[in-house]
Amino acid sequence: MTENTYIWLSVAIIALLTAALRFLPFALFGNGRKTPKIIEKLSSMLPYAIMGMLVVYCLKDTSFSSLGGFLPAFIASAVVVLLHVWKRNTLLSIISGTVCYMLLVQLVFV
Amino acid sequence: MKKVIKQAFVATLPVMAGYIVLGFGFGIILRASGFGILLAVAMSTFIYAGSMQYVAIDLLTGGASLITTALTTLMVNARHLFYGVSMLEKYKGVGKRKGYLIFGLTDETYSLVCSDTIGLEGKELKDYYLLVTLLDHSYWIFGSALGAIAGSLISFNTTGIDFALTALFITVFVEQWLSTKKHFSALIGVGASVLCLLIFGKDSFLIPTMLVIALLLCLYKEKKKEKEGKQND
Repeated sequence: MTENTYIWLSVAIIALLTAALRFLPFALFGNGRKTPKIIEKLSSMLPYAIMGMLVVYCLKDTSFSSLGGFLPAFIASAVVVLLHVWKRNTLLSIISGTVCYMLLVQLVFV
Repeated sequence: MKKVIKQAFVATLPVMAGYIVLGFGFGIILRASGFGILLAVAMSTFIYAGSMQYVAIDLLTGGASLITTALTTLMVNARHLFYGVSMLEKYKGVGKRKGYLIFGLTDETYSLVCSDTIGLEGKELKDYYLLVTLLDHSYWIFGSALGAIAGSLISFNTTGIDFALTALFITVFVEQWLSTKKHFSALIGVGASVLCLLIFGKDSFLIPTMLVIALLLCLYKEKKKEKEGKQND
């Protein structure tokens, strides 16, 4: 498989499966059938758990063997959390945290 | 119609800002990883799932197998199943728009269409859903294209810009945390992930994590039911 084939095949797989996930509930429960209780329950609780999982996923490369391995992510994450609790402005939180992280990894913990 | 367009545009303004910045970041990183503008636009048009697209850059540069890519997509995007479940009623009878509305049901679009729309009903409401979905999609494609173009023109040090995704997830997590008093699910999400990360390692902890989360959330339900059952006795 050439590199190009590999890339476009990967993208096609991601696109098809993403669409499949979005269409599946409508295909399963769309025609007036009743949604099972367990699905309703999961649908209300899962978003919180998934977001927690995605946060951990993003921080998975953190290493505690050197200060530079965890302090930039730790400090920038704290900035995002504190700023967001304070201002509740999504864009402000994201931009400030990212700029903070970039400055830390580029200038402080090189 | 003018009223609907205006209302949809105003509603999508925060998403516009967010998508252009995040799309821009995506375009820049993709470009910095050695891929072209065409791929950026194609991914944003046909995949149209922010977090997954960022993860996809990792997968593509790391040469992940197609099976890994498929499984990761299912894991990262599984939450979309649940957005669909909660939009079943609202998207009933939207006619030909339905296919596109479902395709474009991202986290942000979901947050707009699932909230109450005052003063719109019937065809106007259906057009509103369509416009919101279409506008959000165009912001995302526009942002990605811009980022991919800028990535080839300007050459500032982009090391660390991928933290934007982490920051986005933390923001949504905090927002969700503040919006509810029940933190069981959020704690399960973080706890199960950290535990599985320690046990299975960073390359293969997502799947066990999802299983543990699903299992615990189901058990939690039964436990609660038992209590209710006892109270009823």
